[in-house]
Amino acid sequence: MSTDTVMAYDEALAKFEPVLGLETHIELGTASKMFCGCATTFGAQPNTQVCPVCLAFPGSLPVANRAAIEGIIKIGLALNCTIVEWCRFARKNYFYPDMPKNYQISQYDEPICINGHLDVEVEGRTYRIEIERVHMEEDTGKSLHVGGATGRIQGADYSLVDYNRAGIPLVEIVTKPVEGTDVLAPEVAKAYATELRELVRALGVSDVRMEEGSMRCDVNVSLMPRGAKEWGTRTETKNVNSLRSVERAVRSEIERQAAILDEGGRIHQETRHFSEATGTTTSGRSKEEAQDYRYFPEPDLVPMAPSREWVEEIRASLPELPAARRSRVQGEWGLSDLELRDVVNAGALDLIEETIAAGADAGSARKWWMNELSRHATVQGVELAELPITVEQVARIQALVVSGDLNDKLARQVFEGVLAGEGTPDEVVAARGLKVVSDDGALSAIIDQVIADNADTADKIRSGKVAAAGALVGAVMKASRGQADAARARELILEKLS
Amino acid sequence: MSITRDEVAHLARLSRLALGEDELEHFATQLDVIISAVARVQEVAADDIPPTSHALPLTNVFRPDEIRPSLTPQQALAGAPAAEEDRFRVPRILDEEA
Amino acid sequence: MLIKKSAVELGQLIAAGEVSAVEVTQAHLDRIAVVDDRVHAFLHVGSGSALEQAAAVDARRAAGETLGPLAGVPIAHKDVFSTHDMPTTAASRILQGWRPPFDATVTARLRAAGLVILGKTNMDEFAMGSSTENSAYGPTHNPWDLTRIPGGSSGGSSAAVASYEAPLATGTDTGGSIRQPAAVTGLVGMKPTYGGSSRYGLIAFASSLDTPGPFARNVLDAALLHEAFSGHDVMDSTSIDAPVPSVVAAARQADVAGLRVGVVREFSGDGYQPGVLARFHEATELLESLGAKVVEVSCPAFDYALPAYYLIAPSEASSNLARFDAMRYGLRVGDDGSRSAEEVMALTRAEGFGAEVKRRIILGTYALSSGYYDAYYGKAQQVRTLISRDFDAAFEQVDVLVSPTTPTTAFPIGERADNPMAMYLADLCTIPSNMAGNAAISVPCGLADEDGLPVGLQIMAPVLADDRVYRVGAAVEKALEDRWGGPLLGKAPQL
Repeated sequence: MSTDTVMAYDEALAKFEPVLGLETHIELGTASKMFCGCATTFGAQPNTQVCPVCLAFPGSLPVANRAAIEGIIKIGLALNCTIVEWCRFARKNYFYPDMPKNYQISQYDEPICINGHLDVEVEGRTYRIEIERVHMEEDTGKSLHVGGATGRIQGADYSLVDYNRAGIPLVEIVTKPVEGTDVLAPEVAKAYATELRELVRALGVSDVRMEEGSMRCDVNVSLMPRGAKEWGTRTETKNVNSLRSVERAVRSEIERQAAILDEGGRIHQETRHFSEATGTTTSGRSKEEAQDYRYFPEPDLVPMAPSREWVEEIRASLPELPAARRSRVQGEWGLSDLELRDVVNAGALDLIEETIAAGADAGSARKWWMNELSRHATVQGVELAELPITVEQVARIQALVVSGDLNDKLARQVFEGVLAGEGTPDEVVAARGLKVVSDDGALSAIIDQVIADNADTADKIRSGKVAAAGALVGAVMKASRGQADAARARELILEKLS
Repeated sequence: MSITRDEVAHLARLSRLALGEDELEHFATQLDVIISAVARVQEVAADDIPPTSHALPLTNVFRPDEIRPSLTPQQALAGAPAAEEDRFRVPRILDEEA
Repeated sequence: MLIKKSAVELGQLIAAGEVSAVEVTQAHLDRIAVVDDRVHAFLHVGSGSALEQAAAVDARRAAGETLGPLAGVPIAHKDVFSTHDMPTTAASRILQGWRPPFDATVTARLRAAGLVILGKTNMDEFAMGSSTENSAYGPTHNPWDLTRIPGGSSGGSSAAVASYEAPLATGTDTGGSIRQPAAVTGLVGMKPTYGGSSRYGLIAFASSLDTPGPFARNVLDAALLHEAFSGHDVMDSTSIDAPVPSVVAAARQADVAGLRVGVVREFSGDGYQPGVLARFHEATELLESLGAKVVEVSCPAFDYALPAYYLIAPSEASSNLARFDAMRYGLRVGDDGSRSAEEVMALTRAEGFGAEVKRRIILGTYALSSGYYDAYYGKAQQVRTLISRDFDAAFEQVDVLVSPTTPTTAFPIGERADNPMAMYLADLCTIPSNMAGNAAISVPCGLADEDGLPVGLQIMAPVLADDRVYRVGAAVEKALEDRWGGPLLGKAPQL
């Protein structure tokens, strides 16, 4: 395998402008497959979710899954698409062992959703990604390559095919060419994929797990010299399987293409593969003949004509979409753009909202998740949502703070206890004996001692420098090992020294 | 000639038919006659005529999203030319596709 | 003699307990044993399973169950329908030995009606042909003259019924594959409205055209079989969700008084055998004498039906047959451990498919190719629209259309074997109803003077007016049988 020469990214962008295109495949989370009643459970034993239809046994026929059509209409509506009044399935004909019929039921010139857009934000600027089409199709089976050195397709002796995945509903979302991203092309591409994933997840129509392949991105990149009007030849990098890889694939294709163009070379329109290991793309295959898919209307399925009533019913059922939700919580919680972005990036939006729903105020809910709990998550190397604490428990700890039973310092110890598996917040409070000392008698004795130990400071306060009380409060807290009610301590200090 | 031997060879590759030289020649001759005959459809003045893909104008035939029993792997693989580890065993695959 | 009885009679005898289903089945198995080495109607005879099914019917009757009118009646089943207990090959080498793990909907409904499946009948490979010479397992012979073709693609079914091996048979009709074999063997053969009978489990040739239908020796038998396996099927998206037209009642009604009958002007003249045209004209005169009003109707787009069909059907077939690739089932050739999947696919398909199938795959691939699609497939689809419009216009003037079923009587085996275009002409008159999806039947209307072979009358009715063709067909049958003194098949030579 030859290593491609690359041009440094900044230099590449100084000379060329990138044009992007993204094609995203999303497996819908329906109970049964697109055209038959087989289950769709991920990771099932091989060939246990197959039937005459999805194995393309002779004589079998497809019947479309209504829930899948509803799912794609939801996605189309959420992407601001027009849902067409009439469209058909088409057969895409090509031979491949993991595709049982040797044609894929897809849609060709009559996609069900057209002309939408999705706005994404990168470094404070909004980019509108135009959606060309969203169409319905079916997934293929999976091959295991046996023999050869690497278990990869190249050099294998033979392959073993499992058709469990064959026929799972697949939605393909195709953008129009994205121009004007300039140096931020990789970030815009990633932001689009991220936003699309959030959107589809919010719709509840797919689990959009890139690591399990239920969301897969193909990234098209072309370059044109600065100031040129005509787009360059594009390459298509297939099956980029993480958000980070989307960014890396765009960047590496820009660097590779720029080097070729700069030396007067030509870009071949080809399929390339992204390697997670190297972060670069390699040429897929050079076909001696161009593919001719011989699309024609699928005669085994009748046309779809989604009624306007049905479409409006689906529209009315859409949940709040991520962008709308973000602007709502930003207002409700009084966040700056930066704070909001941090919350979103931390994956804390749902958690904070649910904590608020469980009784906490917005500021405290955000504070606990973004500071204390984020720190724990980072230390443990897990996502916030994976921490062993519930939103109800977070709200309970905050309630104890509000009631004065805990202060922030004690609360942090309660979090620690809950995360360590010591029980519920109340159990941790009881077991560790964490209780704010606000009983005036006990507090008064500590204060007297502190005043005696800090006579100078006490004199300052007596002479009117009330601000100096903070130092004594600190001393009281220290002496009580954090259990004192700081506000009450301050009141008592000022009383005693007035 | 409406179709050449080379075109037939291309179509045979596209449709995964390993035809011998004699067969290619023979088919090219026959297909030339057939294609000349079926090309008569081009005589029809049909500029404003919509195409018909389905015999009857049915629309929106869907099934509910319900799971139905699948085959067992044994049933699925019973007619397979080769199988291994409950999977269909196929000769090495040349290229990645789609 | 049990084998000469109609399905209706056999059903009644069995229901009345005068004869057992096992006896009836055995009589037909015996007949098969005597004549099928000459006729070669069957690819597979399931004696054991047939006798078991028959015994089950007898047991149910003995237990006092009320059974349907065809319970215990034997049937020959075209090998294009999936059967879980018998091989299903579509007469192709590529599917040799294939045993599907499921029944076609038609198969399941035959079983549910108590019909006894004797075996699977020969056909043109993947239903591509008009003579049954394209079977990978050798041709079937016409019982009227064993040197001639029994029609096709359902030639095994027509030969089985015409040689009294079975009183009933199933077929599929994509461009005439039921009506043409029925016509050339002196039988009744019906192509129901597209979507009226389920395609699930029927090995596809051309999905938008394929239609299962019945063969019988008389119109009422055909109607009973039609009723037994038709109707909505949720496994077939193109199946019509409407009640089956009351075809049995129509077959019993058998009158045409006041009916308007249109003669298709385009289906006569050059290329039509004089004896065929003579019988056809007599039939139209007969209809008039029975009280029908006969007029001539023009359907100009029908002239383009044949070329359009030979673009649409091969196009769909080229895609439908892609699944036969040596990966999941069927034949695998050349897998020596060094060849790639791609090579094994191509070698297997070259060896597993016969010449006609390969021709049509290449033709269909061509018609769908980029650059040719609009000129061929696209244009053919427009012609399809025009054909439907011609039917619509015609059916505003008349209740049914009539024509000869085929331009000629049965031709000698081998005559058109290497002349595809000549072979394709056999479907000239039957194709329009496949293109438009409407109902059409062929009933016997006599023997051609020059060769003494059967001629068929085709009766066509609008979509979902299947009952109408049975009504007219039964009226013609009754009048002609009165004239002949019995069924036309009685004139066939003894085998």
